[in-house]
Amino acid sequence: MNIGFIIDALVTIIGVTTPILLAATGELVVEKSGVLNLGVEGMMLIGAVTGFAVTLNFGDSLGDWAPWVGIGAAALAGAASSMLFAFLVLSLGSNQVATGLALAIFGIGLSSLIGASYVGTVIAPFNQVFPDWLAEDPIGRVAFGHSPLVYFALIMVVAVGYFLNRTRAGLILRAVGENDISAHSIGYPVVAIRYAAVAFGGAMAGVGGSYFSMVITPMWAEQMTAGRGWIALALVVFSSWRAGRLLVGAYFFGILMTLELYAKASGFSFLPSQFWAAMPYIMAIVVLAVMSARDVAGSEAPACLGRPFMPNS
Amino acid sequence: MKVGAPPRLELVGVSKSFPGVRANDSVNLRVKPGEIHALLGENGAGKSTLVKMIYGILAPDEGQIVFDGAPTRISNPRAARRLGIGMVFQHFSLFEAMTVLENIALGLDARLSQRDLLAEFHRVLDAYRLKLDPRRIVSTLSVGERQRIEIVRALLLNPRLLIMDEPTSVLTPQEVEQLFETLRRLAASGCSILYISHKLHEIVALCDTATILRGGKVVGTADPKRENPRSMAEMMIGASLKEIAKPAERSFGPPKLETLDLSLPKPTEFGVALKGVTLCVRAGEIFGVAGVAGNGQNELLSALSGETPSAAESVILLGEGVGRLSVTERRELGLCAVPEERNGHAAVGEFSLTDNASLTGRNRMDFVSFGLINSGKATSYAAEVIGAFTVKATGPGALAGSLSGGNLQKFIMGREILQQPAALVVCQPTWGVDAGAAAAIHQAIVDLAARGSAVLVISQDLDELLTLSDTIAVINLGALSKPMTVGEVSIEEIGLLMGGVHGDPAGTAQMTEQLHAHPA
Repeated sequence: MNIGFIIDALVTIIGVTTPILLAATGELVVEKSGVLNLGVEGMMLIGAVTGFAVTLNFGDSLGDWAPWVGIGAAALAGAASSMLFAFLVLSLGSNQVATGLALAIFGIGLSSLIGASYVGTVIAPFNQVFPDWLAEDPIGRVAFGHSPLVYFALIMVVAVGYFLNRTRAGLILRAVGENDISAHSIGYPVVAIRYAAVAFGGAMAGVGGSYFSMVITPMWAEQMTAGRGWIALALVVFSSWRAGRLLVGAYFFGILMTLELYAKASGFSFLPSQFWAAMPYIMAIVVLAVMSARDVAGSEAPACLGRPFMPNS
Repeated sequence: MKVGAPPRLELVGVSKSFPGVRANDSVNLRVKPGEIHALLGENGAGKSTLVKMIYGILAPDEGQIVFDGAPTRISNPRAARRLGIGMVFQHFSLFEAMTVLENIALGLDARLSQRDLLAEFHRVLDAYRLKLDPRRIVSTLSVGERQRIEIVRALLLNPRLLIMDEPTSVLTPQEVEQLFETLRRLAASGCSILYISHKLHEIVALCDTATILRGGKVVGTADPKRENPRSMAEMMIGASLKEIAKPAERSFGPPKLETLDLSLPKPTEFGVALKGVTLCVRAGEIFGVAGVAGNGQNELLSALSGETPSAAESVILLGEGVGRLSVTERRELGLCAVPEERNGHAAVGEFSLTDNASLTGRNRMDFVSFGLINSGKATSYAAEVIGAFTVKATGPGALAGSLSGGNLQKFIMGREILQQPAALVVCQPTWGVDAGAAAAIHQAIVDLAARGSAVLVISQDLDELLTLSDTIAVINLGALSKPMTVGEVSIEEIGLLMGGVHGDPAGTAQMTEQLHAHPA
């Protein structure tokens, strides 16, 4: 195994990890506030198609800024779709699991509809922020050869960890997820805080989705996130709702997914490639099963996760 | 008190309605500076609604709140705290997974640095001689310590009015004394205290004035030092209080329910292991198990009810080892149980009363034939329970969750008692239940024992156990003390056992000293 191969593998791992890390970081904040939004997959797809469409349609007029505007639009679209969920769940008190699943399916459908006319179109990929001499250095490219979104994802997971554990606002957000009734009786605006958390989660999922249509393959294809939104959800549980473990877990899944790509490419013949493709999902199930058997998942989850809160009833 | 000083808090004609209920009807109330003022009333009398309006959680429909002589609108708890109103909730508003200090920080509006907050925290602890470790996770603390967090949280605001909502329901007698000491010290420094309770002897011991609410209206004001508990109770329920009729000089039959060296490991991280619990309840006997919450009461109940299996011979019903049997099998043999948590454990809130009756009564009451529930029988049984225990409900079809706590508890107790169990185990039979319903439940327990059943009552309310039980034992850290005969044992002795200082001479000496300093 030569050094080039290892560098290639590392670059791939970082690439496949980034979208799930982005989406999971957002979902971590949502769940810490006590809301379970299962619609991550749908929000990612809406972000993916929006980012792509904006970059494609405004590419000429915006020039170099087009992908940045595209990412911003993806974040806004993700947040907007999450507000639909938030309104149903937080203002009308609908069931979070059912509404989240509906959002996932809605996102798949809506993104296909919007994207129908874009299938087969290509845009310039949004990678590499650093100058060529750094980004194309045979070794240095592990650190410097990535899309800005890779660095953004890493900054965000650290920032969210700091926010949750070190700031007063983060403390209040955790308090809302831990005991909404108490937080309300102390005088914190539970519903408003949850709206904000859900919007943040939606924006992060949107950005995570845009990574597929703007970085990995700079084109639109239906359901191009291929279930990574579900992996992001599993990852939040896997991390026992901690930002540090979320980062480690994201890379663990990233490695599993890279294994699939390499297994296909190098023609590992002793197992069919479908097995490798299924691997991350199988691992997600195994991890969740093991953790719930040890009752770790249950005891570390925010106590109000998924429970409706209607202050005036 | 200075003559002419305006009252700290004055309510003038305050009213609040909810759909279908007038929770408060032109309530007038006056709390003087430095006064400890009791707010008395049964559940549903409107006490909680009233203090929620004072603390800004609810807005009054009509009327005026005057604070320190100035009419005010208290639009939210933050505004209340800014005025200097603190509140300690009955169901603590704590965040279990967080540390003591984080909980304190959440209750403060000021943004203090970690170090300043810690300094303030220690200042309050020293000033009121309280003990609390700021780094502990709340879920590992005792109920008394949790309440202390709430109190410290309120005291950090230098309150001018402190509202205490049923603060002693879960404390040991010693903890109650400590709390009273703190409250007296606070009142002496000029803070007014609005003290909500249904424990009348505490009000007599602590409060300067009492305002009594019934059906949302003020029905009287009393000087607790001149009234006796009984007269205040009668004002509260609006009728004369029935004495529990308990035949004197009772004799007991053969043992019906026994445990023999019952030991079980901790069920969860925060659970309690049972250590060699041995007890014997005879026919006609009411056996009380006292203890502070979280000392193995729930574990003991689960072991007896059959939710947690144990060695066959460690639980004995009518002479037979039943430790391996399931809940249903034990019920068929005549061992019924009522757990502490009404909603979700003893009853399913989303089920009708009929369905809830079927859940435990189906076999003993013969509702089931060929695997099908005879809904006619189940409905008439539920109706019988409702009638016999005067449960306020729209009928057997009412959802359990729609009943008030006291009514649901009466229904649950009735559902078990009418099955005529050989042995009944109940945990916290009157927790959060108003005086009228509590008296009815107590009478039903006494009557069941009089008919020859063995009854085991697990409770944190010592008064309840001393009224009901023939024999009492204390559970502490999963171990049960020797049984003692009620009437021959002093409250101090029980209190010391509850504090768990047996075998700890220094701790015992300290507690004894405190007891002598403030005789209960």
